Amino acid sequence: MAEAKENTTSKPTAQSAGAHEPAVTDRVHVWPYLVRNEFICSIIVMVILTVWSITIDAPLEESANPTQTPNPSKAPWYFLGLQEMLVYFDPWFAGVVLPSLIIVGLMIIPYVDINPKGNGYYTFRERPFAITMFLFGFFFMWISLIITGVFFRGPGWNLFWPWETWNPHLVIALTNVDLSAWGPLRWMGNPKIFGVEVIGFVLIAFYYSTAFVFYYLKRDISDAIRQLGPVRYGIVAFLFLTMMSLPIKVFLRLAFNIKNVWVTPWFNI
Amino acid sequence: MPNFNELKKRIVESQLWRSIFRHDYPDTPRNRVLQIMANVWLHLHPPKIRRHAIKIRFTWCMGGVTFLMFLVTVVTGVILMFYYRPVAEYAYADMKYLQYDVPFGMIMRNMHRWAAHGMVITVWLHMFRVFMTGSYKAPREFNWVVGVVLLTITLLLSFTGYLLPWDQLSIWAVTVGTNMARATPLLGSEGPFAQVVGVTPRYDARAFLLGGTLVGPPALLRFYVLHCIFLPILISLLMIVHFWRIRKDGGISGPL
Ligand code: HEM
Repeated sequence: MAEAKENTTSKPTAQSAGAHEPAVTDRVHVWPYLVRNEFICSIIVMVILTVWSITIDAPLEESANPTQTPNPSKAPWYFLGLQEMLVYFDPWFAGVVLPSLIIVGLMIIPYVDINPKGNGYYTFRERPFAITMFLFGFFFMWISLIITGVFFRGPGWNLFWPWETWNPHLVIALTNVDLSAWGPLRWMGNPKIFGVEVIGFVLIAFYYSTAFVFYYLKRDISDAIRQLGPVRYGIVAFLFLTMMSLPIKVFLRLAFNIKNVWVTPWFNI
Repeated sequence: MPNFNELKKRIVESQLWRSIFRHDYPDTPRNRVLQIMANVWLHLHPPKIRRHAIKIRFTWCMGGVTFLMFLVTVVTGVILMFYYRPVAEYAYADMKYLQYDVPFGMIMRNMHRWAAHGMVITVWLHMFRVFMTGSYKAPREFNWVVGVVLLTITLLLSFTGYLLPWDQLSIWAVTVGTNMARATPLLGSEGPFAQVVGVTPRYDARAFLLGGTLVGPPALLRFYVLHCIFLPILISLLMIVHFWRIRKDGGISGPL
């Protein structure tokens, strides 16, 4: 038995340094080295799951009653990020467009990230932009929204501290206004000047046009942008700006009580 | 006192042992490969694998644990199906029956529930790991796409299962969740441009999902069928593709 045992610590490959037959020659047998790990891993996970299931019961509340709406009604925790976005955007945007964009955006990642480095190992230095974006989206937006939804939302979807008792009669004055009616910009919402609909359109068009400006400014300086090409750059910029619209809107809401940026008879953003 | 090797030798050479195991297992490279190749389950693996890929530090074992969670929900779910009827009059009573009367009913329900929640968490962690190691880069782009679909189906499986206990928690959570479908542009009765298409609350994306205008008995049956038949089959098929592609794309990614 001892003869067949491989040395599991790294050994230099037989090749000389110059040869370009990479570390792929450095392979170990799946049996026993991988199967063993999988086996131990499964046992540990199953033990934890069993103990957990013995000690903590799955919730079961009163029988379904369509006439009695609980306050608050919360979606399952993994969807609370979406429910939280409903605070800041209309349902068609927060509940349909953004989730679709998240799914499509995730699928597109491999096709727009053309940086060949950092394939198959952990590195931050070789792909700082990709990793920063992903961490921002994953932790700052997705996880923190879920945490807000799970722990900080009470009756009326108002914010409560986890240790505060929920007061279902708490009345929070709804002072949110649309951007076109907001003090400093109200003059622009005047139909004689821009009108309610145009000002939002102009602002959003301006917001997305920063991508073009950035492109033409940086095209000649930045290798990354030139290699990306206009199509991929456009997709990345669109997804990036759309993603950032969420924190921007959260900020506008919390700081200035602004409800919608763009108001039209058909939809609001 | 005989040392361990002597003891082992005595046992292995005893008449009893020999009568059960006709020959021993010589741990040769050939046998190690055969263990994988000749076993229908294990041969999902390649016989050899890059050294760094067996490190927990690299994969966190998260894809495997996600798969394990899925298997747990399949096994416990089949057991729950023996006792559960997706009919509004019975569903809740069946849950109570499972909890209080069925032997091991409570723990089956708990394991099903917690494994499902666990799967949602592990699939996120798996995606996180794959991103951090850059493993979605060529030639594995398409497997990442398959993965995103798997993630979506995992969430849908959890969500459709959430309705089945038919308690206050479940119908209102599903009400909140499916209300968004009402706002789908063009296809939802309260979405932008609904008038153009002419959808009504009784005839729009949400009604299609629920089989009615509110979360009622038809919705329960729909979610049950999606949860127990359609989505599990779909996710299984995609997992087959996912695992097959890992092999075809050259095994676990690693530094070149
Ligand atoms: C039901 C869900 C899933 C299951 C059961 C699953 C299973 C697995 C397993 C067992 C592996 C082998 C390596 C490992 O354990 O990390 C793997 C690799 C991989 N998975 Fe998944 N996965 C799932 C979802 C996903 C998702 C959501 C993504 C990405 C969005 C993804 C993308 C990948 C990629 C790109 C690889 C290759 C990684 C490499 O070569 O290093 N998978 N998957």
